Amino acid sequence: MSEPILSIQDLTKHFGGNAAVSGITLDVQPRETLAIIGPNGAGKTTFYNMVSGRMTPTRGKVLLDGQDITGLPPHRISRLGVSRSFQINNIFTEMTVRENVEVALAALHHHSRRWFNLASRDTVLQEEAQALLERLSIGGLAERRAGVISYGDKRLLEIAVVLATRPRLVLLDEPTAGMTPDETRRVTGLVKSLADSGDYTFLITEHDMEVVFSLADRILVMHRGEALVVGTPEEVRRHPEVRRAYLGEEDEEEQEAGA
Amino acid sequence: MKQTILLGALLVALIGLVALPWFAPYFYIFIVTEILIMGLFAASFNLVFGYTGMLSFGHAAFFGVGCYATAMTLLHLKWPFLYCLVLSVGAGALLALVIGFFSVRLNEVYFAMLTLAFGMMVFSVAHHWRSVTNGSDGIAGFTLGDFGLGLDLTLGNPAVYYHVVLVFVVVAAAVLYLIGRSSFGMILQAIRQNPERVAFCGLNVRSYRLAAFTLGGAFAGLAGGLMAPFLRVASPEMLHWSTSAEPVLMSILGGTGYFLGPFVGSAMFILLETWITSITQAWMLFLGIVLALMVMFFRRGLLGTFLDWWLERK
Repeated sequence: MSEPILSIQDLTKHFGGNAAVSGITLDVQPRETLAIIGPNGAGKTTFYNMVSGRMTPTRGKVLLDGQDITGLPPHRISRLGVSRSFQINNIFTEMTVRENVEVALAALHHHSRRWFNLASRDTVLQEEAQALLERLSIGGLAERRAGVISYGDKRLLEIAVVLATRPRLVLLDEPTAGMTPDETRRVTGLVKSLADSGDYTFLITEHDMEVVFSLADRILVMHRGEALVVGTPEEVRRHPEVRRAYLGEEDEEEQEAGA
Repeated sequence: MKQTILLGALLVALIGLVALPWFAPYFYIFIVTEILIMGLFAASFNLVFGYTGMLSFGHAAFFGVGCYATAMTLLHLKWPFLYCLVLSVGAGALLALVIGFFSVRLNEVYFAMLTLAFGMMVFSVAHHWRSVTNGSDGIAGFTLGDFGLGLDLTLGNPAVYYHVVLVFVVVAAAVLYLIGRSSFGMILQAIRQNPERVAFCGLNVRSYRLAAFTLGGAFAGLAGGLMAPFLRVASPEMLHWSTSAEPVLMSILGGTGYFLGPFVGSAMFILLETWITSITQAWMLFLGIVLALMVMFFRRGLLGTFLDWWLERK
């Protein structure tokens, strides 16, 4: 086995007396796609928040390529090649679609430090942004204001912004939530082709089991903040506790702790 | 097409401003000088507020310190005016760097309160440190000598001083405008809309906010430096928190969404003040009514509302 790109050791987050995430230990291999499933409140988003630097863990470590990144601020972790999307659309609503991507590219190429260029004439960024939007099949929306495009297109745009930072490790938080079946197919196809390109490692939280089973090399099942099981889709499908705790059962609490 | 019309209107306005002393009465030369200086002050504030999204209630500190810097240098060292202004810019920037260092780590109302608190401290220092600042009397009795660079200008002549102010304000405004249109300016606007996303793009939001705050302080310092010879005094009132409210009001009156909004707001504020105080004492009542109406019905400000409407129109 190769060196894991991401190594999680005993990762724990308490809110007051409650453990939102409790003692997760996990290695993620380069170029694999790991899906994280579990009912609302299982701690998936809190887990992401700790990996991406939005929250500091109560206990435990996050290692990226063996380097300890626990508790680093988000911008530092982003610079190390980790990028994430959010459950709720997180874009620049007053800018055009293409400018949204240009912001991420300006950060990547350090154009953000230029005080006396004309951003509207920065053809290097514009062409790169346009190419990325084309790849996500929203190139035609480039000049539209991001706040007014459809919900599904906003989610695609957020993925474009995430990819524009040129991450090696991508954390997607329910990328298909609220999408039409057609948009869901587009996102699934996109993630699949990106994963097949071998440039990315994906973590994906997702409620749509069809999406999960079509994308995941491995699945982590979380339940009440703990890792119930990690395994291949087949192993997870057969696991009796998973069947009882998640797949098909309805009686789960609906609150999302620490979302 | 509309771009051309706007550029044309701007050019006509500029020509009008340059030619002002040849057709306007003396009184209006003073008024427009004040409008220009306060407009620059408000535009420097709008870099912090309208672009970066930080509502500062302490912006008068940088304006005031710029005013004191020029006044004291003229009084004690008799430097050429240009060097005094450079010092004012530096003083405004330095003070903003220090206050900003502590303030930009806080958000929204806490940021506003901390800048207000720092502003009150600076006011208090100017008010009580009599041996240096001359207390509530302020620094007065200085005279303008040379301009610097070997230029032979009679700065004591209000029309000449008006032209000097016009050149400084236009150049400073152009620089501010270009900063707003740069990649750096784009990041500032992104921070206003969604600081978290900017952080997750790999940028240290705090540094960018501090850079914007310091730049705002530098340009406010320049406005303060230009104000000193105009008022012939640098007094603690210029550092008072009520002076910090003026660029806030001007930006909202004119509109924070367009670069020239604060300048239009400055003109509205000062012209209304001039005209209404000549009729009644209750100028604040009228300002309050105008402001309330603007916030309720024309939230984009006078210029913003007009340009939004005009640019949308086919």
